[in-house]
This record gives sequence, C-alpha cells and structure tokens, in this order.
Amino acid sequence: MRYLPLTDADRREMLSVIGAKSVDELFRDVPASARLAAKVGGLPDHQGELEVERAFQGFAARNLSPASTPFFIGAGAYRHHVPATVDYMIQRGEFLTSYTPYQPEITQGTLQYLFEFQTQVTLLTGMEVANASMYDGSTGTTEAVLMANRITRRHKALISGGLHPQYRSIIETTAKWEGFTANFSNTDAEGLEDLIAAVDRDTSCVVVQNPSFFGHVRDFTRLAEACHAAGALLIVVVTEVVSLGLLTPPGEMGADIVVCEGQSIGNGLGFGGPYVGLFATRDKYMRQMPGRLVGETVDADGKRGFVLTLSTREQHIRREKATSNICTNAGLCALAFTVHLTLLGEAGFTRLAELNHAKASQLADKLAAVPGVTLLNDSFFNEFTVKLPKPAAEVVEALAAKRILGGLPVSRLIPNDPSVANLLLLAATETATEAGMDPLVAALKEVL
Amino acid sequence: MVQSLDRSQGRAGSVASGAVNTQGTFTGNRALQIEEPLIFEMGQAGRCGVDLPEPPKVKERLNGLRRKGTIGLPGLAEPQVVQHYTRLSQKNYAIDMGVYPLGSCTMKHNPRINEKVARLPGIGDLHPLQPVSTVQGALELIDGLAHWLKTLTGMPAVAMSPAAGAHGEMCGMMAIAAALEAKGERATRKTVLAPESAHGTNPATAAALGFVVKPIPANDRGRVDLAALKAALGPDVAAIMLTNPNTCGLFESEIVEISKAVHEAGAYFYCDGANFNAIVGRVRPGDLGIDCMHINLHKTFSTPHGGGGPGAGPVVLSAALAPYAPYPWIVKDGDTWRVAEDGAKVDGMPLGRLKAFHGQMGMFTRALAYIMSHGADGLKQVAEDAVLNANYVMAALKDVMSPAFEGPCMHEALFDDSFLKDTGVSTLDFAKAMIDEGYHPMTMYFPLVVHGAMLIEPTESVAKEDLDQFIGALRSLTAKAKTGTAADDFKAAPLYAPRRRLDETLAARKPVLRWKPSNNPPGTDPMKQAAE
Repeated sequence: MRYLPLTDADRREMLSVIGAKSVDELFRDVPASARLAAKVGGLPDHQGELEVERAFQGFAARNLSPASTPFFIGAGAYRHHVPATVDYMIQRGEFLTSYTPYQPEITQGTLQYLFEFQTQVTLLTGMEVANASMYDGSTGTTEAVLMANRITRRHKALISGGLHPQYRSIIETTAKWEGFTANFSNTDAEGLEDLIAAVDRDTSCVVVQNPSFFGHVRDFTRLAEACHAAGALLIVVVTEVVSLGLLTPPGEMGADIVVCEGQSIGNGLGFGGPYVGLFATRDKYMRQMPGRLVGETVDADGKRGFVLTLSTREQHIRREKATSNICTNAGLCALAFTVHLTLLGEAGFTRLAELNHAKASQLADKLAAVPGVTLLNDSFFNEFTVKLPKPAAEVVEALAAKRILGGLPVSRLIPNDPSVANLLLLAATETATEAGMDPLVAALKEVL
Repeated sequence: MVQSLDRSQGRAGSVASGAVNTQGTFTGNRALQIEEPLIFEMGQAGRCGVDLPEPPKVKERLNGLRRKGTIGLPGLAEPQVVQHYTRLSQKNYAIDMGVYPLGSCTMKHNPRINEKVARLPGIGDLHPLQPVSTVQGALELIDGLAHWLKTLTGMPAVAMSPAAGAHGEMCGMMAIAAALEAKGERATRKTVLAPESAHGTNPATAAALGFVVKPIPANDRGRVDLAALKAALGPDVAAIMLTNPNTCGLFESEIVEISKAVHEAGAYFYCDGANFNAIVGRVRPGDLGIDCMHINLHKTFSTPHGGGGPGAGPVVLSAALAPYAPYPWIVKDGDTWRVAEDGAKVDGMPLGRLKAFHGQMGMFTRALAYIMSHGADGLKQVAEDAVLNANYVMAALKDVMSPAFEGPCMHEALFDDSFLKDTGVSTLDFAKAMIDEGYHPMTMYFPLVVHGAMLIEPTESVAKEDLDQFIGALRSLTAKAKTGTAADDFKAAPLYAPRRRLDETLAARKPVLRWKPSNNPPGTDPMKQAAE
C-alpha cells in the first residue's frame, strides 16, 4: 500500500522492541466481542492511483459542469474566475498540510496570512475587528445571533424575509434546540417588509441580508438606529462578498455584526463547500466573538510576530462556558480568499464588482424584454428575481434539458408557498458572456 | 512561561537571549528565512495583480448606495503576491516536511491524488443548487462515501452535512435532544456526563444545548471510572459523551458495560470519533453499542488540515437516532438520486438544518479517494500501523520519559512531566526545544487529567527510520534536561525557528487584531531596518 511505509520486517522488529508477539496483542483492551477477526466485510480492497482517478472521472462525467454551459445560478454561491496563483498557493504543502497554529514559532506563515485576512475583512465590511474565519456564511450567521443574545442578554431574534432561506432554516433549528426565540418576517420578493416597527425592548438582534436573497440593495441606516434605540444589535449578512467592492459597507450603515459568505473570492463553487465565513464586529464586542483570533505581538528578540489570542473565549480553555463550541475553522479557504483579494487589490476588486453589476444589468435588460417575463428588482448587484408566467421549477428543468443552467427556482428553497412558485432567481458574474446570455434568452422564449 | 516584554523598546527584557545573535545580517534576513512585511506595508496605488476588462456601460441600479471613498486594499503585482505568500509558507512546519506528532490531531500524509480529483471540473466546479438531474454523479459520490462510513462503523445511518467535528457533535447532540423530545423526556433529562479528559468541544456543545455537564472521573488506569459512572446515571441523564479511544490514547476497555449501563438508564451514548484512526477497519463502533459518533474526515480520512480547516464531521447514527438526521437527505429512487431539502417529506422527523447546501463536498471527495485507495484491507493496516508506531515510541522512550499509564496504548503515547522533575525544564520548554531539533512538538498540556501532559501521535505515515531519528532526538533532549544544568538552554528555545518565543500575554492584554498604519512597533519594521 503506497501510503504505508512500514515493511513486514519493520513491523516484526518493532513488535520485538515493544515485547508483543503480534499486533493483536496491542488491541487487547478492545472487548473480544468487538474485535473483528478479519477486515470489514462487503467493501473492496485497495486500488492504485490510476483506478481511483478513473472512478472519480466517472462521477464527474455524470454531472453537468457550469464550465461547459451557459450558467446563471447564484443564491449564496457564485461562480467567479479564480486566478491560477490562488490554487497554486493553497496547494503548497507548507500551507495545505499544516495544522492550527498552536506553536507560533513555526507557524508564522499561517498566522500572518490570517492577520492579513482579518484586516481585509474589516476593510471590506467597514468594521473594527474580524475573526480568523467561520465554517461558512450560513453557520456564521447563526453564531452572530447567539453572540447578540449573549451581549444583550435577550433571547428574541428578528429575522428578515430577505435572508437566504437556508440561513433562516439554520437559525430556526438552533433556536429550537438551544432555546431562544426567532421571529421570521414574511418572505417578500419585492423587499418591502417593515422591520423597524417590529423591534422592541426584548429584541436581541435583527438579521438582514444585503443584497437580499432576492437581490435588492437596501440602506439599513434607519433600521440600525431603531435597533440601537431599543438596545438591540443589527446583524448584516452578505452572501455575495464581491458586492462590497461597489456598495456602501454595512459598517457605515451602523451594523454591529457583519457576516459574509467569502466563497466568491478565491474559492470555487465546489458543490456547496468548503467555503469560508467572514465575521466582523465592533471592538467593544471583541471578547464575545466566536472562533479563532490572531493577534500581533513580539518575540523574545523583540521582532514582530503573530499568535492565536484571546483564547479564553474558546472551548479548549473555557469548556462549557465557551462563546462557541467551534474548534476547526476554514483556514485554507481563508488563505484562498486572502491571496485572491491581494491579487485584486483596491483597483481590481472595484473593477471586478463593476463588471459583475454591468453583466447582471445586461442580463436583466435582455430578460425583461422577453414576453411574459417581469423583472421584480429596481435595484440589484449581480443577482435579481424575475416573475415567469409559469412555475419556475418546470422552466429550469426545461432549460437544463437544453444544457442551460438558467437560475434557481425560488420554490426549491421556499417550498409550499404559491406566491414564489413562478419566481426565478438569476445571477451573472464576470464569467457570464453575451454568447451565454443569448442562448438563455432564446431558450426561455421557447419554453415559456 | 514566556516573559512579558516592553513593547515600546521592541526588545526583550529579561528573557535569556541564548548564544545566537539573531540580528546578525543587515537585512534581518537569514538566508532562506526572509523577513516579510504585511501586504498592507507593501502595496502601491497603481499596481494590480489581475487584468480585468473595462465594464460595459450600463445604468447603475444600486439604489444610490455606491460606496463612497476607498476600501484601503493594497495594490500588488502578481509576482509580488507569489513571493509574499511563498515566503510566508516557508515559515510553517507541515506534514510534508516531517514528523508532526500532534496527539489527538492525526497529522497523517495528505495524498495529492485527492487534491487532483477534487479539482475535476465535473466535481469541483458544480453549483450546489443546480437541477438535481445535472448532478447525479455528485450525489452518487456523497452516497458512496456515506456507504463506506456506515459500513466501517457498523451503523445504519449517517448525517453528512456537519462542517467539522464540533459541528458534528452539535448535530449528534441535537439528534439526542430530538429523540428525547419525541419520548417526552426533553425537560426531565438535562444532564450530560462527560469524562474529565474530554475534548473541550464536548462540554461546550452540551452546554450550548442547555444541558448541564457533569464530569466523570477517570480511574488510575486512565479509563472512565465505571462505578462513578453508574452512580451518576439516573432519570435526569440525557447522554454520555465519551471519546474512544480516549484522549489518553487508551481504549475504554469497559465500553460494552458502559453502553449497557447508559442504555439501561434510558440515556444515549454519544461517542466522540476524533480518535477513530486507531480502530478504523478493525473495530466497528456500532458493535460497542454507541448511538452516534462524528467522524473527523480531516483526521482519520486525511483531508488536509490546511492550517486549521476546513474540516468535515459526518455523524453516524443508530436506528434510534436516524429518523432525526438533519436535512438534506440524499435519497435514491430507483436509478435516480434526489436531495430531500427543508420541508420535504422523508421517512423520519429531521431535526432541522445545520448548514447551507449539502455539506463539505470538497472534503467528501478527498476522503473517498483516500478510502478507495486504501480499501478495506488498507484501512485495517492503517489502524494497526498507527497503533504499532505509537507503542513503538512508548516502548523506546519509557525508560527515560514517564508514561502516564501502564500497558499498551492505542494510536498515541501519553507521557506526564514527572521525568522532568527538579530539572527546571517544563513541558513547554521541552516542546520548544523539539522545534530546534526540527520537529513539530507533540500536543502539550492535554489531556488536562495528566500533569504536564505530552501526547505523541505519530500516525501510520511515519517510516521506522524516521521514527528512530525522532526517538533519538527525544532521548537526547531528555538526557540533556536531566543533567540539571540545561534549564536556561531549554527556556531560550527555540533559537533557530523563524521566530523565538512569542509574548502571548502582551497579545491578549493589548489585542492588536488588524493592521493599521500606526501598528508597527518602533524598530520592528523590517523594511526600515533594511534601510538603516
């Protein structure tokens, strides 16, 4: 077996040093009833690299990759171009095969890029402090609600209907089992819900998304004021982080906690994971944050260096009193984010955002001209909602049959709600081309 | 411990400086070790590492919310970015460089074929919400891994979506809460038992779900004290959370009795599967009577740790807990796979949803490639070699270091610090001295139940000759410590790493968590130093 260096001669020699007759003796603490006499049954034996690769090519061949077809799906995962440098860098063994930087003297590489990552996140979100990443935006959002509950010592969260339905679902699940109240405002495809009126003195936080799940761009300044007047926190979620290249950052609108899905920068679609959650807040809430934090310090020679810090918040020190049970984060995905954003820089990131907005505008105009299609958004970044004359799920299947991945039927994520059955959510990033938009428009005219 | 430093001086105060003048070059660099500034200290307006086309002119539809002012991101050209992160990479220790014996973390070889197949466009470039008809291969892949995990553990069901071990714990404990609720016992069973040696995530998870955590002491053999456990069981107990093999690297030899007692008391048995590597392919946890167990794919099944993540923590479930598995469920109807998402009717009562989309697909792909490469025969050999390597380390060091417990260990060898008594050398000092010898230290001060713990997990990936060299290094360090005159040397270590000991107290007392233009302590700006 190519991954196992011990030879039979090694094993014999080692057993004699140990003073055991066989390896079975080393397993003697396992109850006899549970000791398998042979390998686990019903499973194949080892295979060579060639055979393994062929098997995966088989899996791949049974999927339709966006790379080979017109593609317009977003809804929390966006297809962007990732520069080759990013993937090269995260595959360097020193990054890929390193562990959590618990020994800072020999993990300055990881610690420094995480410090750069934290700084980049504060700049994009307009916040004061950020952690070293969460699993993803969806789980990070729930962690933000839990953090707001801790800070305010209140237990009622108010969740906007514009939040990604699966993010809502995770909050709902956590609320049920961890014991707090989550009130969900109605899903409103046109984005006109009134959250301000619902904030009261029992509210720990209000959770909104910008742009919303349906693509609307909103100013939350007044909502932030209403939250603060009631002693509640405003949590702003951003599922398309590229939008921050063009839009007013949540920090400038008065957000107290900002959570982003960082996948768009540096990380591919990957069928939904692993992604990277960005988590930022105000300095005053630093010690209530979940997850790992990297801080600057000096070494014994007075040289600048970085360490994991404020770990008295964390489970390995604080155990049942920890701010979160989180241990693992998304280190390598954070590196991909940081390398990509460093390549982009101020000029590139802004340009990327402008390109996304322009492509989506082109697509919106083309679709709005199709008979029977109504554009529901006055505002959007790179994603918007259209209303079709028939159920969107059927339309999307018909488009897929023509090898066009033409958006997400909202009913997939919000089932059993007739008001969204005909809604189709479409995204266009810098990877979209007119050569891809035109077949979508033509096919749509055929299937509607 | 690390001394507190006077930051304004940018200089060590009373820390023993050792024999080496680390400021011996004009640049501060030391050959291959290049002092590297932060990107924010390197950037220039007008530089960019990408070329993007001019956007087409369109009517802006941003609701008047265009960002005012700049973001503050630095501009670097591509070669600068490559050099910067390459230099940073060279300040890291990694599995690819050598023995990484971090106990409880299972730092095994990360095969590159796994990376390659995860990047096939038909796998790595799929949207999670594409029509299900266009991702049949992806769903088959996930179900293929699920089949392996169920068969290897002897459990009937698995929830694939948790993003890491702790997330898997949350999933498993929520399933237990759901099962209790279905029986009308959620309000009465509020206690969760966990051994004192448990990973910190166990009590943190239980507490988050509103359970009261009650610690169970260990016996003098490093195992759960069965009598104490039985005494603690009662109608108020919801579950026990037990790591097996445990965090002392020992198999809970009375586990069958434990699970019997737990079930007789009407409670559930959560097994922390962080140490599954010791028994994979050789013991099926299902045969031990557990109700659920998370599997860290980034440990046992070799998905890269990546500097602290991403991970994946699927949870295998017994028949009693399977109905409560969270969405999504991947279901096969005839020849077709479908995904049952929130609200869809399934054969159970899902506890809800824990993560967007379908779980850590990239980790599933790598883990399945690893599993298929080994097969049932190779995985059994993995467990045997991992256990053999750990016992070999234990046997080769037991005369000079102090094993915490008698008898064979499983996949990791645990020592306490009694062999360092009266030497003036602490576990921390000993670990830092290992860095100078070219090794990543073992896990220190965990588990908490052993004084000055040193937990060594070599894994199956280490060749005997490398293990012999590692053992030789530890024997030499031990001999040096025992001279009784080397404490200063140990306290000065490491001398040859990219950084010497870092002041963690300062970092926590005055947290600097982001770069600001005024961040640089005087005298520590490497560019300025170079100029001087």
